[in-house]
Amino acid sequence: MTEHSALALHVPEPAVRPGGTPDFSGVRIPEAGSVGRPEVVADPSSIRDLAFSIIRVLNRKGEAVGPWAGLLGDAELLEGLRHMMTMRAFDARMLMAQRQGKTSFYMQHMGEEAVSCAFRKALRPGDMNFPTYRQAGLLIADGYPLVDMMCQIYSNEMDPLKGRQLPVLYSSRKHGFFTISGNLATQYIQAVGWAMASAIKHDTKIAVGWIGDGSTAESDFHAALVFASTYEAPVVLNIVNNQWAISTFQGMARGSSATFAARGLGFGIPSLRVDGNDYLAVYAVARWAIERARRNLGPTLIEHVTYRVGAHSTSDDPTAYRPKTESDAWPLGDPVIRLKNHLIVRGAWSEERHKQAEAEILDTVIAAQKAAESHGTLHAGGQPSVRDMFEGLYAEMPPHLRRQRQEAGV
Amino acid sequence: MPRKTMIEAIRDAMDVMMGVNQDVVVFGEDVGYFGGVFRATQGLQAKYGKTRCFDTPISELGIVGSAIGMAAYGLRPCVEVQFADYMYPAYDQIVSEAARLRYRSNGDFTCPIVVRMPTGGGISGGQTHSQSPEALFTHVSGLKTVVPSNPSDAKGLLIAAIEDPDPVIFLEPKRLYNGPFDGYPDRPVTPWSRHELGEVPDGHYAIPLGQAVVRRKGTSVTVLAYGTMVHVAMAAAAETGVDAEIIDLRTLLPLDLLAIEASVRKTGRCVIVHEATLTSGFGAELSALVQETCFYHLEAPIRRVTGFDTPYPHAQEWDYFPGPARLGRALLEIMEQ
Repeated sequence: MTEHSALALHVPEPAVRPGGTPDFSGVRIPEAGSVGRPEVVADPSSIRDLAFSIIRVLNRKGEAVGPWAGLLGDAELLEGLRHMMTMRAFDARMLMAQRQGKTSFYMQHMGEEAVSCAFRKALRPGDMNFPTYRQAGLLIADGYPLVDMMCQIYSNEMDPLKGRQLPVLYSSRKHGFFTISGNLATQYIQAVGWAMASAIKHDTKIAVGWIGDGSTAESDFHAALVFASTYEAPVVLNIVNNQWAISTFQGMARGSSATFAARGLGFGIPSLRVDGNDYLAVYAVARWAIERARRNLGPTLIEHVTYRVGAHSTSDDPTAYRPKTESDAWPLGDPVIRLKNHLIVRGAWSEERHKQAEAEILDTVIAAQKAAESHGTLHAGGQPSVRDMFEGLYAEMPPHLRRQRQEAGV
Repeated sequence: MPRKTMIEAIRDAMDVMMGVNQDVVVFGEDVGYFGGVFRATQGLQAKYGKTRCFDTPISELGIVGSAIGMAAYGLRPCVEVQFADYMYPAYDQIVSEAARLRYRSNGDFTCPIVVRMPTGGGISGGQTHSQSPEALFTHVSGLKTVVPSNPSDAKGLLIAAIEDPDPVIFLEPKRLYNGPFDGYPDRPVTPWSRHELGEVPDGHYAIPLGQAVVRRKGTSVTVLAYGTMVHVAMAAAAETGVDAEIIDLRTLLPLDLLAIEASVRKTGRCVIVHEATLTSGFGAELSALVQETCFYHLEAPIRRVTGFDTPYPHAQEWDYFPGPARLGRALLEIMEQ
């Protein structure tokens, strides 16, 4: 008989903890432009390599290179830059507002702005996103009013959601933005169901699911991939791999798998990895996947490789679990700076105009904030009514709730 | 009037609704080609096509989660969870999502889905094919919970559930599928074809959710029952000679409290019966409501006759099941108080 030594449990750990020197040398970053662009009708089994590489367009010099480049003109890129800068300014103001006690909670997007801002521009009106809490760029890039977002964050008298939801869990059917749950992963399978419905009705609209690296471990993720694969649903399934699930590094959910994108291959779903800090790459990959869905070719899985620069939320302190300088060492850079540099290389932008735009955007965001605060903040000024707490649970209020509302004296 | 089994009545309801509303879709495990393990969807795929009635992977989470997405799109999914005992993987989707879409989005998105689940025991199903989890749904804000006791109601209530703008949990007592089972497993079951409530009108009719019905008028004690226990209560009243007023709740939420109050104020006594476990069961809610609304009319403490606080056993099924003997004893005892 073979002798076996005692078993030992493997518990993964990130390479570096606070006090250590950040090291991303293990993250393989292909040259921009080096990954091929298959036809959307390509046989999924012939493009499995896309799940293990990273599609990139912007190189270190700020040039757009390779087969995924060339889809966007100056005006569209400038608009994209403005959306990302707006998102960043919005985050900064709302973070400060939370610190000032004007609301209970906030979640910022720092470093991940390109993912949602660029993706939105590849969609059409009527398509539906099933977002998580770090895709507010979908709203900003679709022109959703900043004031409405802020009123939601403040839970004030003009909050479109009547004070019923935690800050940043927006909802807007009109802007293709499904009501955010706050329970992770649940909406991935719902996106697939929405897409199935669109196909059942012979519609032309598609659905988009969003999930983080950490919550791919939930069974909802598995259910979504099974259903998407089985019914060839017209859905794009996004994984935003920002390296961190609160304090848990991405290796905990990924396990020994090569990449998150590779999870799709077992389902026969075309699976791509993209540089999530590259506006042009995100847009190009989004267009490709959306085109597949629109042509009834079925689902696509996209892993956006990015980095969560800020804390998970205002209730989190990342210095407790990762080196302070880790974000500076992140090898894919900053999405705003990269797009700015590209526009300068194109001759469509300058440092001076950028500074000016920053100031203008800040003015716009501050004006929106003032307008929102005129309707109240969480603890001061206009509030949703207590009556609103009882209403809107059912289309028609059942007798037991009517009794409770009467007891509450409203 | 045609007489149908409860399964035929349920199938008829889906058939009617799929006919009148192109947005109604029906799916679940074994539901499509085969027509469901209890045959509730037999023939629907052949009649309406396989994008209106189809099989799913074995994933209750997937079934309910995709139904929520479809409802958000504008469809009206009526899905089957093969046994209520299998619904737990879907519970998060039901509680955190279906029940709250309308509320949390302030009406921007709604969730008109029906989740059908065969429930209850009496079929030698052991702990994984016998559970009655209704209290897990009545405890959730934003759901409606329905438990029919006969074919006529089952059709009308299911049509109302499919037409309802909010999510409805539709629990089908599987022991009633073929007849009004009264709790005696060793006696032949009367088929629905020989029971007046087996009369199922053709075509479309809806029974509003939230309306109880008096199955037996009486003066001595009110029995609150639903599903299989309605028939057990009828047997217990007949055997003991106690002049019980038997109320079939039909819908647990919204609850017809007015019907309950009116009866208990008249009889002064109340026995609550359900197959589910006792502690924190729906009977606890009923008992509290009766106490709150009828305290000064009560001549005896409220009694509960229920399943015991154990998993549903296999060999001891009929010791667990709250049959007519146990209920009859409770009726006789409460009349002595």
